[in-house]
Amino acid sequence: MSIYKFIFKRILQGIPIIIIVSLISFFLIRLSPVDPLAELKMNPSISKQTIEAEKVRLGLDKPIIVQYFIWGKNFIKGNMGTCVSGESVSSKIKERAFNTILLSLNVIFWTWLIGIPLGVIAALNFRSTFDRLLTVLSSAGMAIPSFFFAILLLIFAQKTGWFPIGGLTCPNFSQMSTINKIFDIFHHLFLPTLVLTTISLAGLARQMRSNLLDVLDSDYVKFAKAKGLSPNKVIIKHALRNAINPLVTLLGFEFAALLSGAALTEYVFQYPGLGRLILEAVMKSDINLVMASLVIGSFMLIAGNILSDILLKITDPRVRL
Amino acid sequence: MREFVKKFKKDKVALLSFFILLLLYLSILFANFISIYPKDFSNRKLSYAPPSNIYFITPDGKFSRPYTYSYIRKFDKNSLRSYFIQDREKKHYLTLFAKGFEYKFLGLFKTNRHLIGTHDGGDLFLLGCDINGRDNFSRLLYGGQVSLTIGFLALFISFPIGMIYGGISGYLGGRADMLMMRFSEAIMSIPSFYLLIILAAILPSGMTSAQRFFLITVILALIGWAGFSRVIRGMVLSIKTQDYITAARSIGASKARIILKHILPQTSSYVIIAITLSVPGYILAESGLSFLGLGIQQPDASWGNMLKEAQEFANIMYRPWLLTPGFLIFVAVLSFNLIGDTIRDILDPKSEIR
Repeated sequence: MSIYKFIFKRILQGIPIIIIVSLISFFLIRLSPVDPLAELKMNPSISKQTIEAEKVRLGLDKPIIVQYFIWGKNFIKGNMGTCVSGESVSSKIKERAFNTILLSLNVIFWTWLIGIPLGVIAALNFRSTFDRLLTVLSSAGMAIPSFFFAILLLIFAQKTGWFPIGGLTCPNFSQMSTINKIFDIFHHLFLPTLVLTTISLAGLARQMRSNLLDVLDSDYVKFAKAKGLSPNKVIIKHALRNAINPLVTLLGFEFAALLSGAALTEYVFQYPGLGRLILEAVMKSDINLVMASLVIGSFMLIAGNILSDILLKITDPRVRL
Repeated sequence: MREFVKKFKKDKVALLSFFILLLLYLSILFANFISIYPKDFSNRKLSYAPPSNIYFITPDGKFSRPYTYSYIRKFDKNSLRSYFIQDREKKHYLTLFAKGFEYKFLGLFKTNRHLIGTHDGGDLFLLGCDINGRDNFSRLLYGGQVSLTIGFLALFISFPIGMIYGGISGYLGGRADMLMMRFSEAIMSIPSFYLLIILAAILPSGMTSAQRFFLITVILALIGWAGFSRVIRGMVLSIKTQDYITAARSIGASKARIILKHILPQTSSYVIIAITLSVPGYILAESGLSFLGLGIQQPDASWGNMLKEAQEFANIMYRPWLLTPGFLIFVAVLSFNLIGDTIRDILDPKSEIR
């Protein structure tokens, strides 16, 4: 199967899922006893016309099934309605979703950069002190509640003053030069990244370790050794490539876990991401915003899974759908 | 079974984790007996009182039975801050089986004896107080009752659902299987914590704490079953091709009977492993939810909502005892993970991490 056909088929598979997700989230929220316009009506700065326009946009006078289709049509067009604060939902989500993706990619980058070598070293030094230490540390890493770790790091940041607390940029961000801007963003990203990396690092390093141990035990590695290849060549050329493949599948799951785990971390660090947005929306019962961010979050998750499958197809051509 | 216990005992780490969990669960079982103050105790005058100092040596240098002093709150007009001094007038000796508030021991008989206390009812705050002047130590015990049990209760809902759903889907196959799996994939595609937040937020307000506890449990369960059902389905697909299933079908056993009696029991060792490995996830989810104020609500305690106070800088800088629930969550989750790893290695030798 050619790679393009694979991509096409995989995307086609994602469509029914996104439809079901939208159905679930629509009915979940619409059938709950919350008036979708209650909060909008309470904001005096929002005009009567806007509320009337919302009524028409949501089709509130029509049966609920029709309402779903109206909502869906508007959603595809990119018209997601108005927030309680009066801003348009789509522009707010765009910004926040970007920030969450930035954080997640940063975390995945560091997790792989640190986790893979750790797993490899542990597997090559099987049952050594380092190996044992890694097992213990990785269990501990998986057990820390993300928000608790985030709080501890906040104390650290407060005491040392080395890291900025909260947000993604400094107040004077717009006056900085480009290099300073990039530095500023990464400076703010450091602590949230540290929290999320610590938690997902453990799983990845462990998985890498057990994959490599499996591969090292396989016949073709034994054969390569028997042929007289140097140990380094065997490991790099034969063992590593095959041990990493299963991890590519995990990438999708990792992204899913990150989206969830990031919500609490974003909340503690006051990071302007999608997770914190949905939380704020829920607290203010901002129905439009909740619904849109739920669907966008799911969409990102599905897209992440599709991307990791495509990546796997590239690294391992044997994969079929 | 005997083999299992033998192997389990060999693993020192797992054994230690087991005893830690045993200690935690025993202490929440006897929470009323171990705690020093009742559930509804609060004293605004003792807001943020630090842990009581316990002395073994009297000021004149002699050894003595352990004793402590009560607190008096003072207000500093210059810095506008209140602080505590010890009431050195009177020593309060610590005793075992001290008299305290009355309660029902394990719901059986009334008593007022507690594991530890002062001989004359003086203040004893082993781990300090929170903002409302409630004893942190006692609340950790009551909070543990929620945090450590909610995960298990949620499992009792989500695992049967996941098993039956996966069993039906795998056994029927074809179009039913396709539809059922698309649905569970869709559930898995919603970032679970987002769904959790939303479900918790649409709960009507004004529920009793028991109702709320129950509904939070149900919500946690609704999140977890989908991924589990997919694995069960995969196992069912391979089990149903075996000869004894064909035999059962040929003597006319009903579909429900085949699924429940012949297929699902075969998945038991996976189910046991999955249960131990998913308890920590539920504990973390509950504490996260309560931490955000969407789970268990004040005045009821849970480790998550106790940590809510740790969000304030002043608290984490000057009142580190408010962080204790976080350490307890960490210890409980770690112990469950370590035990789960060991059980997996024993029950499923293929997956053993060598």
